[in-house]
Amino acid sequence: MKRHWTSQLHYNLMVLPGLVLVLLFSVWPMFGIILAFKHYIPTKGFFGSPWVGLENYDVLFKSPIGAQLFVNTVSIALMKMAFGFVVPIVFALLLNEVRIRWYKRSVQTIVYLPHFLSWVLIAGIIRDMFAMNGIFNRLVTSLGMEPILFLGSNFWFRTILITSDVWKEFGFGAIIYLAALTAINPSLYEAAEMDGATRLQKLRYITLPGITTTIVLVATLSLQGVLNANFDQIFNLYNPLVYDSSDVIDTYVFRAGLREGQFEVATAIGLMKSVISLVLIVTTYKLASKYANYRIF
Amino acid sequence: MVRSRTLGTRMADGTILFFLLLVSLSSLFPIVHNLAVSMSKPSLAEAGLITVFPQGFNLDAYAKIIDDSKFFHAFWVSVQRVAAVTVLSFFITVMMAYPLSKLKKEFYMRNIYMWLFIFCMMFHGGLIPGYLVIKQMGLMNSFLVLVLPSLVNIFNVILVLNYFRSIPRELEESANMDGAGPWYMLFQIYIPLSLPVLATTTLFLMVGVWNEFMTGMIFITNDKLIPLQTYMQQIVVNIDPTLTDLEQIKKLAKLSNKTLTAAKIFVSMLPILIVYPMLQKYFISGIMLGSVKE
Repeated sequence: MKRHWTSQLHYNLMVLPGLVLVLLFSVWPMFGIILAFKHYIPTKGFFGSPWVGLENYDVLFKSPIGAQLFVNTVSIALMKMAFGFVVPIVFALLLNEVRIRWYKRSVQTIVYLPHFLSWVLIAGIIRDMFAMNGIFNRLVTSLGMEPILFLGSNFWFRTILITSDVWKEFGFGAIIYLAALTAINPSLYEAAEMDGATRLQKLRYITLPGITTTIVLVATLSLQGVLNANFDQIFNLYNPLVYDSSDVIDTYVFRAGLREGQFEVATAIGLMKSVISLVLIVTTYKLASKYANYRIF
Repeated sequence: MVRSRTLGTRMADGTILFFLLLVSLSSLFPIVHNLAVSMSKPSLAEAGLITVFPQGFNLDAYAKIIDDSKFFHAFWVSVQRVAAVTVLSFFITVMMAYPLSKLKKEFYMRNIYMWLFIFCMMFHGGLIPGYLVIKQMGLMNSFLVLVLPSLVNIFNVILVLNYFRSIPRELEESANMDGAGPWYMLFQIYIPLSLPVLATTTLFLMVGVWNEFMTGMIFITNDKLIPLQTYMQQIVVNIDPTLTDLEQIKKLAKLSNKTLTAAKIFVSMLPILIVYPMLQKYFISGIMLGSVKE
């Protein structure tokens, strides 16, 4: 039995470094969320600062900014989710039809790559390509039109956000479907061919049912992202001209909090987002484990 | 298969192949375009005349980077950061995953820790409380702020602990008979058997840390400690895409420099491009580890 207690000690020792880091960088900031209901006085800290009730939520609920941030965030996120959901499936199904191994491999290698590049660098390239003297405006002028201020236009800016997000992530998003496709029993296809099934019939009756669980799983889990419009992308591309269409919760929190020093307001909005996200994560996880047998541990 | 190849299916095959070729080209285009700009004559690049081949080929921009000590310093900070995070995080992750892979009757505290960690994975204090806490700790403008907050990734811990659980228990039992303690067990038995999952999590972590720019932007004001992506962020945002006044564009063009920025972007991508083949070998299995379990 003595042996048993020493291993308890060692197990705790092993967890200790990680535990300390989690307490410092995750748990301690959680106490800071009380700032959402306080007027922050730096010398008095989180706990000593005076309470103000729900005053910090005024910006969100009593000014037009709040509604607009919410609408922008959700609509950008939903558009990205919709296209980011369909494109990988179509891509995976098309790639699945390719029988030439090296071709399939090369396509995969190329389309996965953008996922691993940072938004900072991609934004640098996008800013250059869509600038007044960029390649897209050369195309526009060669068609005899006036150059377009793409990144300063509320219409084009959102289009660019959504397209570039899909461009960067569709390949990586297809991996899970490609894996599900390889798990389909080949004898099903052979049997279908014996019966004279056409390509579309095989797609309809074998391939699609074979990946339905995966499709449902991905769709469910993606719902967690309803409030995540992608800070890294928007922050590195936007400018005051497009705040109307593309200022989202995260970018506003950043500007209000760290640029303008309105710590309490930024904390309040951030807290609301964290709480809604937590509810979404728990709900989607429950759904996913119920309907698609998904477990992370 | 061969039997059913009619003209119709062959045409469909051809169309799919062609379409996928276009898709692949569109994935590569921005990267190739950027590379072409970086190797072109600056005046032609400013005029927006570059597509996928350099015009007026030269490597002056790259020669200029070599003299740019700020860029290289930032590059070096990032290399140090990735190295430190990778090594420390590896040990912290396996040390967390091993005891947590035990059953509750083997490690009494397991479920308490587990709930705490899972909760921290799903709920965050948010940007501002995190900022204030780190400021209070006195970590502003210190190399530690680039390392410490990135060390624990609960999701990676879960991936590793799932893998540890798939290792047959008989191994542990027989080693126990021979008197092996937990540390020996972890480092001599579990880690060597878990290299695929450890390679996956490590490579993903390295890419993530290399690409991260927020920490440097918020907590570092000292030029000597700016990591590369933060430095690049400052440069990239300086290209103001909303300028319409041609005179101003020309003036700025002399200051900022399209070819130089493009070259810097390419060099910043290089480490990712270099580890990419290795990464590709592992990430497919890696992404599957996170999905459906029995």
